[in-house]
Amino acid sequence: MSDFVHNFFNLHILDRVWPLLLTGLKTTILLSLVIVPAGLAIGLLMALLQSLRIYALRWTVVVYVDLFRAYPPLVLLIYVYYGLPFFGIDTDAFWSVVLALGLNTSAYFAEVFRAGIEGIPFGQVQAARATGLGGFQTMLYVVLPQAIRNMLPDLLSNVLESVKLTSLASVVTLPELLRAARLAQGNTVNATPLIAASLIYLAFLWPLVRLTSRLERRTLTGQR
Amino acid sequence: MQTFSSNFLNWDVIQSYLPDLLAGMWVTMELSAIILLCGLLVGTGLALARMAQLRLLNVFIIIFVDVVRALPPLMLMVVTYFGLPYLGLRLTGFAVACIVLASVLAAFTEELLWAGLSTVSVGQYEAARSTGLTFLQMMGSVVLPQAFRLIQAPLASRIIATTKNTALASVVAVPELLSQANTAQGYSGNASPLTAASLGYLIILLPMVLVARRLERPREAA
Repeated sequence: MSDFVHNFFNLHILDRVWPLLLTGLKTTILLSLVIVPAGLAIGLLMALLQSLRIYALRWTVVVYVDLFRAYPPLVLLIYVYYGLPFFGIDTDAFWSVVLALGLNTSAYFAEVFRAGIEGIPFGQVQAARATGLGGFQTMLYVVLPQAIRNMLPDLLSNVLESVKLTSLASVVTLPELLRAARLAQGNTVNATPLIAASLIYLAFLWPLVRLTSRLERRTLTGQR
Repeated sequence: MQTFSSNFLNWDVIQSYLPDLLAGMWVTMELSAIILLCGLLVGTGLALARMAQLRLLNVFIIIFVDVVRALPPLMLMVVTYFGLPYLGLRLTGFAVACIVLASVLAAFTEELLWAGLSTVSVGQYEAARSTGLTFLQMMGSVVLPQAFRLIQAPLASRIIATTKNTALASVVAVPELLSQANTAQGYSGNASPLTAASLGYLIILLPMVLVARRLERPREAA
C-alpha cells in the first residue's frame, strides 16, 4: 500500500514537478484559446458559405468537412510537422499544432453550424425577408440566434473534444500538460506526475462533460 | 513543383516501404476491429446494467463514463502504458491501445444508449412484457433496436472517431499504419510514406464517413 502511495500519490515528487506541470498547463490553455475560437470562426464561415446555396461552394465545403472527419488529426499533425520543412518552411511545433488541429476542429464546427442553420424552418427566412431584412441581416438576427440554441450541446461537446485533442501536441514534443507530465515522470522515475496531470485535466474538463451530457439528454428526449 | 513531387509523391520511396505500410494498415484494421467490437459490447452491457437501478453500481458506471469522457485518450494511454509498470504490471502497447480505446468507446456508447433507452416510451416496455417476452427478449427484439435507431447518427460519429484514434497507438509503440509511415519517413528523409499512410487512412475511413452522412440525414416524418 505504501509502495502504491509512493509511486502514484507522492506529494514530495509532486512538489518538485509542480512548476513543470503548471508551465505545461499554461501551454495547453494557450493552445485551446487559439484553436477553439479559430475553429469556431472558420467553421461558422464555412457553414455560411454553404448556406449561400451555390453549388460549387457547397460541394467544396462538403468535401472539406468529410475529408477532415475521415483524416486522423495525429496523422495530419505529423504530416504538417515533418512535411512543411520540405517546403523550406521552418516549422514551429506550436503553430504546426494550431494548423493541424484548427483544420480538424473547424471541419467539425462547420458541420454543427450547417446542421443548426438547416434546422431552422425555411418559413422563418421567408418571413424575415418579407419584412425587408437583407440576407445577411436575416442570418444574423433571425436564423443564427435560434440555431445556436439548438446547437449548444454539439458545440460544447466539440469544444471539449478540441481541448482534449491538444494533448496530441505532446507527440511533436511541444511541452503541453501531457508532455510535461511525461518528462516529469521520466526525471523522477515515478508515476505521480502522470496522475497529477490526469487530475488537472479532470478538474477542467469534468464540469464540461457534465454540462454537455445534460444538454445532450435534453435535446434527445425533447425530440419526441 | 519538382521538389514537391519528389518529396511528397515519390513512388520509388513508397514502393520500397510498401510492405511495411501494408503490414501497418493491417494492424490498424485489426486494432479497429477489436476495439469497436469490445467497446460496443461493453458499452451496451453497461447501459443494460444501469437499468437494474442498483445505486452503487450506477454511481460506479457514471464515474467511469465521466472520467473516460473527460480525459484525453492519449493521456489515458500514457498513464496505462507508463504508469502500470510501477505496479509491476507491464502490458504490451497493443493491449494498452485496445483496453483504453475500447473503454472510451464503451463510455460514449453507454452514455448515448442510456439516453436512447430512456427515450423509448414506457408503453413499449409494458407491451413487450405483457406479450410474455422475458427481459432479455424484450431488450433484444423490442427496446434495443429502437434505442439504437435513435442514436445511430451520434454513434456512427463515435465509431469513426474511435477508428481515427487507433493512430494514437503509434505513441505506445504499436507498429500500426502511422507508426510504420513515420519510421519510413525518418529512414528515407522523405515525406512520401506519410502521403501513402494518409491515403491508407482515407481508404479505411472515407466509406465510414459517407455511411455516417446517410444516417444523419433526417428521416421523413412518419
